[in-house]
Amino acid sequence: MNHSLVNWFKFASPASFYPLAGRLIPFFTAAAVLLLAAGLWLGLLVAPTDAQQGEGYRIIFVHVPASWMSMFIYCVMAFWAALGLSFNTRLSGMMTSALAPTGALFAFLSLWTGALWGKPMWGAWWVWDARLTSQLILFFLYLGFIALQAAIDDPRRADKAGAILALVGVVNVPIIYFSVQWWNTLHQGASVSMTKAPSMAHTMLLGMLLMALAFWAYTIAVALMRVRCIILERELTSEWVKKNAME
Amino acid sequence: MQWNSLSDFLAMGGYAFYVWGSFGACALGMVIEIVILKQRRRAIMARLSRKELSQ
Amino acid sequence: MSRFLSPFIQSVRRDLLLAARHKTEIVTALFFFVIVVNLLPLGIGPDPDLLRKIAPGALWISALLATLLGLQRLFAPDHADGTLEQMALSPQSFTLLVAGKILAHWLVAGLPVVLIAPVLGLQFDLSGRSLLILTVSLLLGTPILSLIGAVGAALTLGVRGSGALLSLLILPLYIPALIFGAGAVEADLAGLGPDGHLSLLAALLVVSAFFAPWVATVALRVALE
Repeated sequence: MNHSLVNWFKFASPASFYPLAGRLIPFFTAAAVLLLAAGLWLGLLVAPTDAQQGEGYRIIFVHVPASWMSMFIYCVMAFWAALGLSFNTRLSGMMTSALAPTGALFAFLSLWTGALWGKPMWGAWWVWDARLTSQLILFFLYLGFIALQAAIDDPRRADKAGAILALVGVVNVPIIYFSVQWWNTLHQGASVSMTKAPSMAHTMLLGMLLMALAFWAYTIAVALMRVRCIILERELTSEWVKKNAME
Repeated sequence: MQWNSLSDFLAMGGYAFYVWGSFGACALGMVIEIVILKQRRRAIMARLSRKELSQ
Repeated sequence: MSRFLSPFIQSVRRDLLLAARHKTEIVTALFFFVIVVNLLPLGIGPDPDLLRKIAPGALWISALLATLLGLQRLFAPDHADGTLEQMALSPQSFTLLVAGKILAHWLVAGLPVVLIAPVLGLQFDLSGRSLLILTVSLLLGTPILSLIGAVGAALTLGVRGSGALLSLLILPLYIPALIFGAGAVEADLAGLGPDGHLSLLAALLVVSAFFAPWVATVALRVALE
């Protein structure tokens, strides 16, 4: 076993990850705040008005990052789930459950902002478009994951059952997306043409990128905060918590 | 800068409800999440200190 | 080969025997399917054109719900009396035993639905060709429902409020089967032919038949720990 491997497994124990997470949180919080400020400044104040959509297009500065994050977080959850099932590390399961509520939040926000964008642009709060439908199903998958973990009392079993569900879900998401798209093409009447803006101004793209990075930093900060709570709740009786966590 | 005045900025070219509804919902969601987490942590800390005292 | 498959066959036979002793369960699920399908025209109206249009979706969604009914009891009784643990510890392949239980569940809950579906399709004024396609799509699709459902049943085994939780976990995963299954008839009516949908459904069946018993076994081992 080489040196770096030893280090990684050292941090896989909740007791040593807890202080590390504590040191990382301020860093990611600061990054989130700075990126958010820059992204909002670019998106709301600097970026030019869109020729077709007027000022309404500014919704994409939160909509697109929220959608990206909701999908990305599910993949990260599946990654931790696979790690947890194959190496049987306790921290992996905790990370998976720490990420889920934030992922569900972003999936919901993506649907919410999508509806608010759709109403003025398409004239409808909701259309049965492949992307919208898949996003809704992703939201359901998050809710299912959270509900399953909440229903199981034994934390070790909750972790493993959740990990299996996350992996089953991540295999299914592409199939669901494909099937919904297939379904959508069959029912042409219901679909709305989703023409992309022909060319996005550089400032728009940069603003969106900054917002996506801000959401990413926010996700890490919040997930670390939550994983610290989970660690404490599970290890309330252990020696190291009594000694160190009160600081 | 895109805007001539604050009211111009707030009106968002007639899309105020949709734009601020989106940004507001995101801000609200994130703030609520952080508040819930802070409360959760405070509850754990309270439990820990109670245990400390009882020993 | 037969030696390799013997736990599978034993498991199917055992569950079928148990089901035969509790006939009411089979009949109840089937009756549930029939009554849900028959409620839909009452809620929507008797217009034959409209009914023809919704028939595939209506039958498919009802089949989906009827499958859910029996899923809760797929592993629960064996878990309650300790048989499941014996199976997990036995030298025979646990995966094959689980696969046998899934097949038995389909034979008991899925197959009757497939067989009665054409009769109900008549009530929706479907043509002979559409009825045939619908039945084939259900024949290919209902095993998928049992297979994916088994994973959910294993994950929620012995968990608080497992019935509602099971639906929440499993229904989103049923969407591809629903789309390809109900879509086959509609595609045929639209002049596209049902082949594309049916072959995708068959592909889904093969993939889930390969993975679902294995995943369900892993989930059961977690539940039994």
